[in-house]
Amino acid sequence: MDFTFDKKHAMCQSLFKEFAEKEVAPLAIETDETEHFPEETVKKMQKNGLMGIPVPKEYGGQGADILAYINCVEELSKACATTGVILSGHTSLCVDPIQTYGTEEQKQKYLVPLAKGEKLGAFALTEPMAGTDAQGVQTKAELDEAANEWILNGSKCFITNGFYADIYIVIAYTDIVEDKKGRKQKRFSAFIVEKDTPGFTFGVKEKKMGIRGSATYELIFQDCRIPKDNLLGARGKGFPIAMHTLDGGRIGIAAQALGIAEGALEKTIAYTKERKQFGRTIAQQQNTQFQLADMATKVEAAKNLVYKAAMKKQEFMDGAKVSYSVEAAMAKLFAAEVAMEVTTKAVQLHGGYGYIREYEVERMMRDAKITEIYEGTSEVQRMVISGALLK
Amino acid sequence: MKIIVCIKQVPDTKGGVSFNPDGTLNRAAMLAIMNPDDKAGLEAALRLKDQYGAEVTVITMGLPKADEVLREAMAMGADKAILVTDRRLGGADTWATSSTIAAAIKNLEYDLVITGRQAIDGDTAQVGPQIAEHLKLPVISYAEELKVEGDSVIVKRQYEDRYHMLKVKMPCLVTALAELNDPRYMTPGGIFDAYDKEVTVWGRDDLKDLDDANIGLAGSPTKIAKASDKVKKGAGEKKVLDPKESVDYIMEKLTTTHVI
Repeated sequence: MDFTFDKKHAMCQSLFKEFAEKEVAPLAIETDETEHFPEETVKKMQKNGLMGIPVPKEYGGQGADILAYINCVEELSKACATTGVILSGHTSLCVDPIQTYGTEEQKQKYLVPLAKGEKLGAFALTEPMAGTDAQGVQTKAELDEAANEWILNGSKCFITNGFYADIYIVIAYTDIVEDKKGRKQKRFSAFIVEKDTPGFTFGVKEKKMGIRGSATYELIFQDCRIPKDNLLGARGKGFPIAMHTLDGGRIGIAAQALGIAEGALEKTIAYTKERKQFGRTIAQQQNTQFQLADMATKVEAAKNLVYKAAMKKQEFMDGAKVSYSVEAAMAKLFAAEVAMEVTTKAVQLHGGYGYIREYEVERMMRDAKITEIYEGTSEVQRMVISGALLK
Repeated sequence: MKIIVCIKQVPDTKGGVSFNPDGTLNRAAMLAIMNPDDKAGLEAALRLKDQYGAEVTVITMGLPKADEVLREAMAMGADKAILVTDRRLGGADTWATSSTIAAAIKNLEYDLVITGRQAIDGDTAQVGPQIAEHLKLPVISYAEELKVEGDSVIVKRQYEDRYHMLKVKMPCLVTALAELNDPRYMTPGGIFDAYDKEVTVWGRDDLKDLDDANIGLAGSPTKIAKASDKVKKGAGEKKVLDPKESVDYIMEKLTTTHVI
């Protein structure tokens, strides 16, 4: 058991750090202020191979691995959580399910441009009436056998990378079956939907507390016809596909949360070494020292959970029959709560300046909150973990 | 086209410079990076590769740790890497270094050799031109732009008050300035590949055409009087003297500061 990066991953980390410092950090304040989706940064990420890190080279990816990808989300999020979630939404929620469940034709058509970064991806499960409770999904897909097409109707909300993404994984119900007790149950399927398909439009863009540069949109499907071949995986298997996808997504969000916490800790260490009160720096005061020690210890613990979950997912990708649901849930639960705690303390240690936007920890605190909510709230993570314990 | 790029792992002087008590650099206390001028030279070679399909080989002389800088070069897109390392080569000054690297290059085929103008640790700007001298190649120093036309390179050479446009037939050696370009990032896939590839390691015995009198500390005629961090240039000194006195004054200054 080794808790250090090998040389490959250490070099990847130095690349991600340099990229984040040079290309991402200088735009973080502006991205938040203007709520502007950082398209130029995404283009640079594409150019430098960051949009398909764990995808094999034969499908246009980098042929690296999950740990490197997760580390990239972490390093980007240290500088700008918006940029981190753009990468996580694209890679974990769109690239991964196509890589895992796609047919060879679907991989050639969709995975290759996604992994090269020529296309941006998104994933759509949540609806106004369906968040944690997937049975509430109202979006319906009907098969028109004669036309060889699926017809989608319904709407999705809170979709990360909405409008800017070119390719969407959409979960809709395709059948209603009766369970053993005679209750009606929806059976879901997953579909690949391209932007600009007639009948597919965008509704409101959400105004959010944090990750304000990330585009969060409503998707609307009105008699939207897509080719029959755009069914991802088997008909009726949409729910397990969505759950698999979210298990991976949670590691991405855990990495985002970890990055936010690390970014806030770094800024706080630097600030407390400069800020003087009562004739000495606040870093020389024991309260500060103890707070920083607690923050750093929790960040380190979160890091170990996040990397462990990433390595477990890699085992799965390498063909081992392992589940990483619990590891992903623990990593996300812990890292998200650490992010919230560390950023809150960071603001406190900055005093009045911490409340001022220029000092950035204020943004980090707003950004941290979403990591406790999306891709399964902290409560859902506790359900997943306890469910495995009490099975 | 075959291009050889000479690179050096140097301490990152951005975070300040640390010295050992004996005046030599405390390399262990400083982060190691690819020398910026060399990185620009590598980028120039990689651009020629993108445009004309060249094979790019990077070469460095140093401790086994210098393997890292070669992997970084491969992660940016270099095809092959050679590490020249041997205790007998240690302590080399610019003369011994250039003799050694030139001997290594003699083992290879090439059309173009690119080096950085100078390394940020020694700041001599001597090794590139000396390698050219050993290999009997024309040298174009201080390249700010680099193009290939047929069997020649066209170089925009920086001068203090002007530029020179030079067209030189290959094989030749060009020394690159950091201003030449904005080097690309490594890619994650490039990094993974770089660690799957082999770095060729050569010791003293792999370098045939090399005299032992020209290697290592013993083969280094340079004697270091004093090493220091970069000293900021002040406004200079103004003196009003008659012509005879001023010549004496200047000569004395030049002598005491070891300029002449």
